[in-house]
Amino acid sequence: MELELRGITKRFGPLVANDGISLSVAPGQVHALLGENGAGKTTLMNVLYGLMRPDEGEIVIDGKPASFDSPKDAIAAGIGMVHQHFMLVPVFTVAENVTLGIEQADRVGLLDRRRTRREVADLSHRYGLDVDPDALVEDLPVGLQQRVEIVKALVRQANVLILDEPTAVLTPAETEELFRIIRQLRDGGTSVIFISHKLREVQAIADTITVLRRGAVVGQREPSATAEDLASLMVGRNVQLRVNKEPATPGKPVLRVSDLTVRGDDGRTWVDGLSFDVRAGEILGIAGVQGNGQTELCEALMGLRPAASGAVTLNDRDLTRATPRARLRAGIAYVPEDRTEDGLVGSFSVAENLVLDMYDRKPFASGVNLNLSAIAKNADARISEFDVRTGSSATVAGTLSGGNQQKVILARELGREHKVLIASQPTRGLDVGSIEFVHRRIVDQRDHGVAVIIVSSELDEIYALADRIAVMYEGKITGFRDPSVHAAELGRLMAGGADVVTEGDADVPDVAPVPGAATMLGAAAVPEAAGAEPAPPEASETPGATASQEET
Amino acid sequence: MTTPPQAEPAATPPAGADKGREKSPRKSFGTILRESFLEGNTFTVTVLALVTATVLGGILCAFTNSTVLHAPTAGATISRAWDVASGTYVALFEGSVFNPHTIAALFQQASLSTAVHDGYLAAVFQPLSETAVQATPLILTGLAVALPYRAGLFNIGGQGQFIGGAIMAAWLGYDVHLPIVVHVVVCVIGGFVGGAVVGWFTGEIKARTGAHEVIVTIMLNYVMQYFLAYLLSSQSLLQASGSPYPITPSIASNAHLPLLFGSNLRINVGFLIALACAFGVWWLLNRTTTGFEFRSVGANASAARVAGMNVERSWVLVFLIGGGLAGLAGSAVIQGTDFTLNPQSYGTYGIDAITVALLGLGRPGGVVAAGLLFGALHAGSPGMQTITSTPVQIVQVLQALIVLFVAAPPLIRAIFRLRAARAGGVGSTMSKGWNA
Repeated sequence: MELELRGITKRFGPLVANDGISLSVAPGQVHALLGENGAGKTTLMNVLYGLMRPDEGEIVIDGKPASFDSPKDAIAAGIGMVHQHFMLVPVFTVAENVTLGIEQADRVGLLDRRRTRREVADLSHRYGLDVDPDALVEDLPVGLQQRVEIVKALVRQANVLILDEPTAVLTPAETEELFRIIRQLRDGGTSVIFISHKLREVQAIADTITVLRRGAVVGQREPSATAEDLASLMVGRNVQLRVNKEPATPGKPVLRVSDLTVRGDDGRTWVDGLSFDVRAGEILGIAGVQGNGQTELCEALMGLRPAASGAVTLNDRDLTRATPRARLRAGIAYVPEDRTEDGLVGSFSVAENLVLDMYDRKPFASGVNLNLSAIAKNADARISEFDVRTGSSATVAGTLSGGNQQKVILARELGREHKVLIASQPTRGLDVGSIEFVHRRIVDQRDHGVAVIIVSSELDEIYALADRIAVMYEGKITGFRDPSVHAAELGRLMAGGADVVTEGDADVPDVAPVPGAATMLGAAAVPEAAGAEPAPPEASETPGATASQEET
Repeated sequence: MTTPPQAEPAATPPAGADKGREKSPRKSFGTILRESFLEGNTFTVTVLALVTATVLGGILCAFTNSTVLHAPTAGATISRAWDVASGTYVALFEGSVFNPHTIAALFQQASLSTAVHDGYLAAVFQPLSETAVQATPLILTGLAVALPYRAGLFNIGGQGQFIGGAIMAAWLGYDVHLPIVVHVVVCVIGGFVGGAVVGWFTGEIKARTGAHEVIVTIMLNYVMQYFLAYLLSSQSLLQASGSPYPITPSIASNAHLPLLFGSNLRINVGFLIALACAFGVWWLLNRTTTGFEFRSVGANASAARVAGMNVERSWVLVFLIGGGLAGLAGSAVIQGTDFTLNPQSYGTYGIDAITVALLGLGRPGGVVAAGLLFGALHAGSPGMQTITSTPVQIVQVLQALIVLFVAAPPLIRAIFRLRAARAGGVGSTMSKGWNA
């Protein structure tokens, strides 16, 4: 099926979300739509999927103009969409979810479960999707849920599959699996529209890349285009992809974690006897595949989850049993992993969010009274200092873009007196411009003598920021490495490989890892890593830190 | 209304959309007005819900009336139906807001002084006074629901907390002897404390064990109901000595809430207390650090926790204050109008409170407005029954219709073809919250 968009324009009041966008998708092509958050990618796809009507322009399918009043029409025309947030019923099985809305009845009028199950199994087999039709959706990991969404679209005979930011929720290994599926779909003749703001993923999967900026097409590129070229098209200026930073000059240890063990609500041990120090003026990067206890470690450091044993001290002050407020007041700045859930109150104004952990202190409060003018003044100062793009300080925080929300959180946390900064996945889902801003601020903090912990599952981010890398696997630190370490070595550690280089001396960063040894170990470990699937496979192909820094 | 509703992304602020319209030269002021109405925000939906309920209520009144049903011709049916429906609402209005006959009677008096002395002036204000009297406990219990609601909690326990307050107010009222102003103050404070203890208990259980407050409050309603029945069953407890009925002795006249405008009007200080409480709740929520905590906990408890707030403490505190407000309603009824406590004293305030809070969109000002509206319905219903022989129950039907439409914004939007506004009103948030 040949799909063409001609001069699509969509306005919301004064805002032009799509400005005369034209593009065509050939059968069996992976067409990537690349653009920053707010560039108009999702609006365009909502137009294509019949969720919105364009103000101008037309959709042409196989040479014939088509008009979609609802997703139903789009589906009938062979267009399928996998939304960023899945539309699944958690308590239903995979087969039930797939059949939802197109239930087929047998002769007696009962649901034909067997046929649906067979269809799911067939599709699953044909495209190597590997989903069990009888599994309950709520029991499936995110990556598999996404595949259920893909099966849903395929069962409805989609010839064009729209994937809206499909990798935002996936681990590196799951992303690689998704890419395999996309390639298989493409080879079977299905066109895929892949929406993303991640340069490296787009380069890895796309046949054609269309770059959107401010609602307009600013260029088309082959996947062989350089990352710098794509990035500057996206943001309209040359972006610095690597963070410029001086070598660290670490001072004395500020935050000490010793033998920390944390259990989950279910009694499972998530953090298992972890020990490390963070010094003033250094960035410790905690790498690892998500779900290896990083979240629980951060929660324990912030007092949001009790420590089963071990101790956390800040400048020799014991904080192991301290409340979250006591820790914040003791000088920990915290950027939580899930910014909409834990970082912001979405329905509060930007100004209110900027004092969320300071509202009861001077000058924002006198006695029990809030000082609204001080809160507003603080907001104006922070908004201009951190370049938060918002209508005013009274704007509801939930309406800001992800990058601006993160800036609000950073502005709040760094505005407080602090000695330690803990930032978990600080740039997840952000566009290039915001990532650059956040990274610069974090390095800035380090240069001002703050002890920084960065938890990230993106190796690029770890390489860009960390002065010392700790790799977490199943609640333990499998090794500390210098940032010059080979990516394959990190991949090996992320898969639970033994800490051969620095065994028994985990607290001291190995300043000079033996390059030969690391490479050898890395090479030897590749099959093992692939078997366990925890490391991003491209990491093991990347010849070194420099190349993989580019996507940041 | 013929154009299909334009889908708008949730993130687009309505203000921006309005600006776009103003720029467009083709659109008249009327169009702009209509379109801003069609935005379907919660206020519009609430107003339209009231209108819809009124119209439907009128139709119900008319077509349950025997004169309408036995009309000889179709034309007669329609005109009689109109007479009955409009007559019902006129009677309701005259009983709750203003009755022109009282003005006529006032001007027939020889002089102003005799008019005042014989109660003719008071008669003019009598409907409003009744409305205020009826509204007082509704506003207070409504606040008792609205405040915890802002902290993300549902207070279904207005009834139990009301009883707690009423017991304290009644007991302090008849069993203690104090000078004139002091006695009133002590009883009112006692009422607050009585309700607050019940509310605090709920909050404490929720904070310590995680038990859902809806279950706890409903169960506590029963506990308090039977506790009251027990207290009133024995003369060694609260029952009036020598009385065969389960009723307390009358409270001392020192404990009566002072009347505001003389002995002909029942309006009393309780109404002012209710208004002051509404202001107090507004101030607490919007101007204090505690209120900031309540709102944060209500809007996003996990972000509040990460920001160092003590979520559990907020739960306990907000339920304590909410319970106290419902307790004040109990004290207002005992000290303002009833002067004794019996097993019927608590009426349906606990449930009406949810309605009032819902209609008031969970905001103190809205609760006052909703409380006055329902107070007016209560105050006007007896007159309505005598004049148009519409059963009093129609008032309950009206209330139910209002709640139904307010709680179902999509229904109102469908009827009036409004666009879906973001969020979808307090009704949908409330129903969503049940799963929390």
